[in-house]
Amino acid sequence: MAIAALDAQLLISGGIVVDPIKRTQRRADVLIRDGMIAAIDERIAGQIRSAGKGPPTIDAKGLIVAPGLVDMHVHLREPGFEYKETIATGTRAAVAGGVTSVACMANTRPVNDCPSVTRYILERAKAAALARVFPIGAVSVQLAGEQLAEYAGMHEAGIVAVSDDGMPVMDAELMRRALECAKMFDIPVIDHAEDRTLAAGGVMHEGAVALRLGLRGIPAAAEDVMVARDVALAGLAGGHLHIAHISSAGAVQMVRQARASGVHVTAEVSPHHLWLTDEAVMGYNTNAKMAPPLRSEEDRQALREALADGTIDAVATDHAPHHRDEKDVEFDQAANGIVGLETLLPLTLQLVHDGLLDLPTAIAKITSEPARILRLSTGRLEVGVPADLVLIDPTHEWLVSSESLLTKSKNTAFEGWKMRGRAVVTLVDGRIVHDERARGATAAS
Amino acid sequence: MFERRHLLGLEGVSAEEITFLLDSAESFKEVSEREIKKVPTLRGRTVVNLFYESSTRTRTSFEIAAKRLSADTINLSASASSASKGETLTDTARNLAAMRPDAIVVRHPSAGAPHLLARHVDCPIINAGDGAHEHPTQALLDLLTIRSHKGQIAGLTVAIVGDLLHSRVARSNLFGLRTMGARVRFVGPPTLVPPQFADLGAELVNDLHEGLRDADVIMMLRIQRERMNGRYFSSLDEYSRLYCLSVDAVAKARRDVIILHPGPMNRGVEISSTVADGPYSVIMDQVTNGVAVRMAALYVLVGRRRGIEADDGEHSTRDAGTAGGRTAGAAALPLRRAAAAE
Repeated sequence: MAIAALDAQLLISGGIVVDPIKRTQRRADVLIRDGMIAAIDERIAGQIRSAGKGPPTIDAKGLIVAPGLVDMHVHLREPGFEYKETIATGTRAAVAGGVTSVACMANTRPVNDCPSVTRYILERAKAAALARVFPIGAVSVQLAGEQLAEYAGMHEAGIVAVSDDGMPVMDAELMRRALECAKMFDIPVIDHAEDRTLAAGGVMHEGAVALRLGLRGIPAAAEDVMVARDVALAGLAGGHLHIAHISSAGAVQMVRQARASGVHVTAEVSPHHLWLTDEAVMGYNTNAKMAPPLRSEEDRQALREALADGTIDAVATDHAPHHRDEKDVEFDQAANGIVGLETLLPLTLQLVHDGLLDLPTAIAKITSEPARILRLSTGRLEVGVPADLVLIDPTHEWLVSSESLLTKSKNTAFEGWKMRGRAVVTLVDGRIVHDERARGATAAS
Repeated sequence: MFERRHLLGLEGVSAEEITFLLDSAESFKEVSEREIKKVPTLRGRTVVNLFYESSTRTRTSFEIAAKRLSADTINLSASASSASKGETLTDTARNLAAMRPDAIVVRHPSAGAPHLLARHVDCPIINAGDGAHEHPTQALLDLLTIRSHKGQIAGLTVAIVGDLLHSRVARSNLFGLRTMGARVRFVGPPTLVPPQFADLGAELVNDLHEGLRDADVIMMLRIQRERMNGRYFSSLDEYSRLYCLSVDAVAKARRDVIILHPGPMNRGVEISSTVADGPYSVIMDQVTNGVAVRMAALYVLVGRRRGIEADDGEHSTRDAGTAGGRTAGAAALPLRRAAAAE
């Protein structure tokens, strides 16, 4: 792997540079110096050529040059579940998928509900030296939904949000206090919006498919009532509510209305909820089992519309690695979730191919928008910011094969799908952390 | 004909396939009437009954069916809870498969468990009930019972009454009956009859008397007492007040109605004793037909597939050959061949 020294320069020439904040795309060269973006201009390469010997150059002709992707919803599993994924393997998969900023959820063992766990995660991320890792702290101690976790200490240690993802906060009063306390630190409360009394025992979306398969359903209303409750609480508390992996048409409509009435609410959607429905469960496919569940086609269409009209701000994977033994079991015993870091980019680009989003907007949904929600300085492509970049070949076609994924777990719902678009080179701080060209060359030799 | 490797459910099974299974069962019924209730069709074959839920009726029925076909049977009972602490279902499956059984009959509390097994073993899998999903041999014996009383299934109105939501019997019957051209009404309280059942082809009725109007067949489902705990319905008494099949309720149906129940019955809860023991009840026919249907399923999946050349007709099978003449289906074939070998 080629590594540019920090004080060196690197030129990326001839690519289509996408600025997700200005929502523009243009052909330009990008000059990196000391790990920072030093210049973006059409003529850099020409000027350097006429001046004689230039810096090392990556020819980006035919490639898209975008900010490194920001995935705001990832389960890195470390500490505690290293058999599923580690911070090293998870960030390795991230950069292979073009993701340079990863926000990781608190449901580790021990739970990230105190500063020492936050610091441990950051140390492990530093040692892995691949993607940037932004820990998300727990809303409540042990995710038990009873008392608030140490927001001040965790914030000082580096958390960017709080969430009891996976263990929805059923106590409305605690949710209110969480929103109030998080406001002090200007961080969002990320809401896994699912009423656990309505979802109890359910293993898939409640509908005709669940009835046909004899599986207990989780009604879309389980999400709707929680979103309704929490936007009301956000209005009361004045904090920032972020709805994670929004999945139902009703929830989308409530976010739309709440935002119109001035509540600070944002939302993300997962690629699988944009691409799959409850039909994917047919045959008891445990890689189609997740929380919230894959829903109806009507829900899926509502999510796509909401992404296009801006009601849904971001696309985030909910990357949830599980060991094979946790999926190759009876459907109702199987673990929830799928891996997603390495398929986020092509599945988002496909929305451009489908005509749902233009290219800069699609890129914004996986860079500047999640960065804005988490108040990160990454996810932008401007002079003076760290050179976290991804070079994308938008025409590269490849088949998803779980065996060739770099994540430690292989639970993808997209096995055998034909993807279009791939991260070719990924840089963090101007340093090449993934180079598909080298990987391809090795495979060919 | 029935060319499937497994019998996992009746969804998607064609009318021709169902008719073939019923015709085969019809020809096996006679075996149970003999003094020596045994044919050599599956001699040397091994059938494993793998039951993760307690069952007396179904397991016994399968065991008798296999034995009357001369198969060796092994019964394995495992509580799903103890299994979840130890060996996984897939490991159990692989271990069983390594012992080369010719069929595995499985009952499991998880919907889809037989499908998981089928992905891990080579031999045919017969679903003997998986969670709230399907119980295909129960539906086949119900279809056989209905057909033998009514002559045909197409055009009949069948009312299925009770806890539809959790019933695998109801689902398998819905799929089978619809495929055979019957109208199916699901009758029960809204908590146990979700509206999406209409998407699967059922007519939904909450009122018992309305639901039974002009029915040709009434199929009562067993009520699980533990479910009537105030979440789906306030109490067993309340349920019984609205849905117990009384003589008055039966009067709403056609005069020649027949009444089925998959058993075991809760007398006085979902069905009154007068009705259960009355002239309309064909419950004992169901039990008898259960053995024949399971013989047919085992024969179709195991015997016919592997061939019967090795059978030397040690037992007299001449009668079976002529009995097969009624339907002249392929089911009669091995019996005739065995007879010829004699």
